[in-house]
Amino acid sequence: MNVWIAIALTAAGCYLVKLAGLLVPAGALERPLVQRLAALLPVALLAALTAQQTFSTGGTVVLDARAAGLAAAAVALVLRAPFLVVVGAAVAVTAGVRALGW
Amino acid sequence: MAEQTAPPVIRDGTPAKPDAAVVRDALGVGVAVGLSGFAFGVTSAGSGLSVLQTCVLSLLVFTGASQFALVGALAAGGNPFTAAAGAFFLGTRNAFYGLRLSQLLAVPKAVRPFAAHWVIDETTAVSLAQPTRRAARIGFTVTGLTLYVLWNATTLLGALGAEAIGDTAAWGLDAAGPAVFLALLAPMLKSATERATAGIAVLLGLGLLPVLPAGVPVLAAALAAPLVLWFQGRRMGPAGREKDSR
Repeated sequence: MNVWIAIALTAAGCYLVKLAGLLVPAGALERPLVQRLAALLPVALLAALTAQQTFSTGGTVVLDARAAGLAAAAVALVLRAPFLVVVGAAVAVTAGVRALGW
Repeated sequence: MAEQTAPPVIRDGTPAKPDAAVVRDALGVGVAVGLSGFAFGVTSAGSGLSVLQTCVLSLLVFTGASQFALVGALAAGGNPFTAAAGAFFLGTRNAFYGLRLSQLLAVPKAVRPFAAHWVIDETTAVSLAQPTRRAARIGFTVTGLTLYVLWNATTLLGALGAEAIGDTAAWGLDAAGPAVFLALLAPMLKSATERATAGIAVLLGLGLLPVLPAGVPVLAAALAAPLVLWFQGRRMGPAGREKDSR
C-alpha cells in the first residue's frame, strides 16, 4: 500500500510540474533574463545528473567502472558518433572494466 | 536502423533542415533512451516493486530520473512521502523545460495537458536543437512518441526479465543513464557561459551529495544557472544587460 501511495504522489506531482511549465503566462517569458535563465537551467541540471549518476552511490562520491564508461561516451561524442553508439560505448566499456575486476 | 524506420515525410517550402533529418535525430534519441527503460524495469523489479507497479510508474510518471530515484528510495526503506518528495524534486526541472518549450513550440491550449506528459529531458533537448518551429514540433512529437512506446514496452520486459538477467551492473547498464545525460548536455555547451554553469553544477551536485537528502543536491546544483547569470550581469554592468534585450 505504501508503494502505491508513493507511486500516486510521484505521478501526480511530476505531471503537475510538467504542466505548470507549459501554462506559465507568456508575458513572464518575454523578459530576457527569464529566457536566459530557462536556457541555462537544463545545462546545470543535466551536468549535475551526469556527475551524480557516474560518480556516486547512495550519498557517497565514488570512482568506479562507470567513470570509464562515461569517458568512452565523451570520446564517442567528440568523434560525433550517433546517440546509440555513445550510450552503447558507455555500457560496453563499463561492463568490460567491471569484467576485468574493478 | 533509424533510416529504415523513418516514416515518409512531406516537404513544404525550403526548411532550414529537412524533415527527414529531424525525424532521424528524434528517432535516434527516442530509440536509444527508450531501450534504456529495460534498465529501469530491471532495477524496479529488483528493488521489490511488482511488475504492475513498475509499469504504472513508467506509464504515469514517465521521467526516468524521478522513477529511478523513487524505486531507489523505496528499496532503501524510505517512507512513501520522503521517497515521493525526492522523485518530485528531480521532476521539477521539467517545469523549466516546459517554460522553454511553450514559447518554442507554441503549443495550442487544448493540446497542452497531453503534450505536458512528454515534457522531459530528451524531448526538450531534441526540440531545442532544431533551427525552426516546424522542426522543433516534429522533433518533440517523434521523440515523445518513440520514447513513450519503447520506454513502457522495455520497462515491462525488464521487470519480467529481472530474474533472468541477474546483476544489471555486471552488464554495465547503470552507465546508460549518465551517458544519455552527457549526450544531451554536450550540444548545449556552446559558450563559456554554458561551460561555467555546467562546471559549477557538477561541483555543487557532487559536493552537496553527502550533506543533503537524496534529490536535493540536483536542485541546489540548478542554482549554478542564476549564479553565473548574476556574475555575468555584474561584470557587464547595466549597459551589457541592455544590449541583450532584443
